[in-house]
Amino acid sequence: MKLKQTALIGATIAGLLATGYAAAQEQFIGLPSYRVGPFGSNGASLYGGWIDYMAMVNARDGGVNGVKLTWEECETEYNNARGVECYERLKNKGPTGNSVFQPLSTGITYSVLEKVAQDKIPLVTIGYGRTDAADGRVFPWVFPMITTYWSQASAIVNYIGQKSGGMDKLKGKKIGLLYHDSAYGKESHAIIDKLAEKHGFEVQKIAVANPGNEQQAQWLQIRQSKPDYVILWGWGVMNATALRTAAKTGYSRDKIIGVWWSGSEEDTIPAGDAAKGYVAAGFNVAGANYPVIKDIQSQVYAKNAGNMEDKNRIGSVLYNRGVVHGIITVEAIRTAQEKYGKGKPMTGEQIRWGFENLNLDSQRLAALGATGFMPDLKISCEDHEGGGKVKFQQWDGTQWKVVSDWVEADRPLVRGMIEESAAAYAKEKGITPRDCSKES
Amino acid sequence: MLYREAGQFKASYQEDQQIFPIRQDRIGMAVILAFFFLAVPMLASQYWLQAILIPVLIFSLAAIGLNILTGYAGQLSLGSAAFMAVGAFGAYNFILRIDGMPFLVGVLLGGLSAAAVGVAFGLPSLRIKGFYLAVATLAAQFFIVWALVKFPWFSNNSSSGVITAQQIEILGFAFNTPESKYLLTLAIVTVLAFVAKNLVRSTTGRSWMAVRDMDVAAEVIGIRPMRAKLSAFAVSSFYCGVAGALYAYTYLGTVEPEGFSLDLSFRILFMIIIGGVGSIMGSFLGAAFIVLLPIFLNVGMHAVFGSAMPAGMASNLELIIFGGLIIFFLIVEPHGLARLWQLAKDKLRLWPFPH
Repeated sequence: MKLKQTALIGATIAGLLATGYAAAQEQFIGLPSYRVGPFGSNGASLYGGWIDYMAMVNARDGGVNGVKLTWEECETEYNNARGVECYERLKNKGPTGNSVFQPLSTGITYSVLEKVAQDKIPLVTIGYGRTDAADGRVFPWVFPMITTYWSQASAIVNYIGQKSGGMDKLKGKKIGLLYHDSAYGKESHAIIDKLAEKHGFEVQKIAVANPGNEQQAQWLQIRQSKPDYVILWGWGVMNATALRTAAKTGYSRDKIIGVWWSGSEEDTIPAGDAAKGYVAAGFNVAGANYPVIKDIQSQVYAKNAGNMEDKNRIGSVLYNRGVVHGIITVEAIRTAQEKYGKGKPMTGEQIRWGFENLNLDSQRLAALGATGFMPDLKISCEDHEGGGKVKFQQWDGTQWKVVSDWVEADRPLVRGMIEESAAAYAKEKGITPRDCSKES
Repeated sequence: MLYREAGQFKASYQEDQQIFPIRQDRIGMAVILAFFFLAVPMLASQYWLQAILIPVLIFSLAAIGLNILTGYAGQLSLGSAAFMAVGAFGAYNFILRIDGMPFLVGVLLGGLSAAAVGVAFGLPSLRIKGFYLAVATLAAQFFIVWALVKFPWFSNNSSSGVITAQQIEILGFAFNTPESKYLLTLAIVTVLAFVAKNLVRSTTGRSWMAVRDMDVAAEVIGIRPMRAKLSAFAVSSFYCGVAGALYAYTYLGTVEPEGFSLDLSFRILFMIIIGGVGSIMGSFLGAAFIVLLPIFLNVGMHAVFGSAMPAGMASNLELIIFGGLIIFFLIVEPHGLARLWQLAKDKLRLWPFPH
């Protein structure tokens, strides 16, 4: 009797699960999110923005050409093993399997890097992940979009050059690099050294051990050597501590330039007044005053259907970054549909084509209501980064204010390094790079 | 009834000393092994093999390693994840740098390098004990991860310290499907688990337990504490090292030093506390509990509540239930899940005539 009951319940659950996916005109997107753990609040904003954007597309346009977007979250806790489990769990859901995998964790990115090619699911890492994967000939399934760490470092140096009145003025200047002592922080070294050689400035690299909540020694060192600028390559609690300690040791905050993982409200608000004047890079800007965010407000939150519990965080840097993830995902699906049939759910392979042929020019961005919100983007078979532009924002004590136009990276230099590194990877793994002239 | 031993006579020392003296245990073990070696690869889906079974097996091996050190030899360690890292990076470098290095030898050498590092960090155990030793092994945890990031040689000059495991090939057969990787992991874990089970019943294992229970007394009866402690560190780190190599090669494929953080060391420690300190079977139970429960909770939450509950609340609730269950099990059975089985077995052996 008991066995029969269990079998019955099991069959019912299996049946329910099966019927849930029976409706065919759906595009499934698996979300390996994290809402607990050390970066839980970041994950909540980011995935919240992404989900809200997709909900808005469903509500306003009825999906992508009539194909409804569906999604399911899977908690990774920012943990590699859980991330792999989520990847495997999500990959066959929905009528055509998971459309895209975007884990928002460099560790998880590396853990699934080789699986995605076998399973034919595009792996999109916007602003993190493996830099040399921007060479699409070696990494057809990986898209480190908009800008990689190397492009970002180069763009920051270009911005410092602009502020100093020309790149030739960088000669003889001293730039401090305060970095998180981990793989993430060290990612900056190779490119900064190259740039220092090229422009003739001096780099002072100062490591901060994880988690970085004590930086007295580092800032005393900075006070002694008086660099012209300090690049803050930080993470989590390290950012707010850096700003507070800088204020204590009297280093001017408008000379500190943060990377995009150091430039959100989560970093500046805890630092209080000490953060005033601090400048940070970002591939999206803060603010709710863009048509795309207004659409989310009117289509989703007006109907009490939004994902964010704290509505004050709508329009924050990380929330808007989530919206950028949403825009790129939806537009790739749209591009794929234009080739493979409008109004049909796409497979991972077709969406990969969509990502590779994604072209968000200024006209398209205007139609999406995201002019100035994110940089224009053109992906190709060779170049999976497509842009490499960032904007700089300054914290005025209560909110971020944009202080620059889109600043480009030193593309030839960065591209050269990416190709070199990708070629070394291809050699180690025995991969023959694709011939892009033969791709359609 | 199930465990009636009537008629099982042991006529020789050999029979008396075998690993499983009760016939039912032998049959049970054969059935379990047959199930996991034959039935599972045929029945289980890719998700089960790749995302559930392989990690459980690998963490079981790491937990056995820590259990040898903490459970049998009584030396508290917080460096298990770092020893796993040494094993993973060691195997990677041996296979990368020596042409034609067979995979299994590479893994073995990775394990041996972990053993060597383990002995070095085990030296303080001769002088310090208990929680102080845990702090000393904490140094291993931080030092090793730092060194792997600091010196690019270890990761073959990768800009971010990440290594990508090579293709596994044994005698020309490429292990690239989940089934084959699962079987390879299972075979290595089974062999090493039996070795461990035998080791703890041997002279070495008995000397570990003697040192654990009272080192002065052990010394008096002629056990050399230095040898016992350092051999425990060596064997334990070897197991962790092999687990680390498997973690890189059969599970993730690509690993970064930060993946082997203190957090992972704690997880392995929780596995043996939940599973049973000083029990090989407990290592398996504990690993299964710690790896699987959060996943089942996550899946269960989705199945029960669907989208009705905000994802953030569901995630936090999972953690609360997970923590609550750990406390519940520790209160109900402080000696771990393995002890529950032990009690049940003792009752079954007497049944139906308990005295």
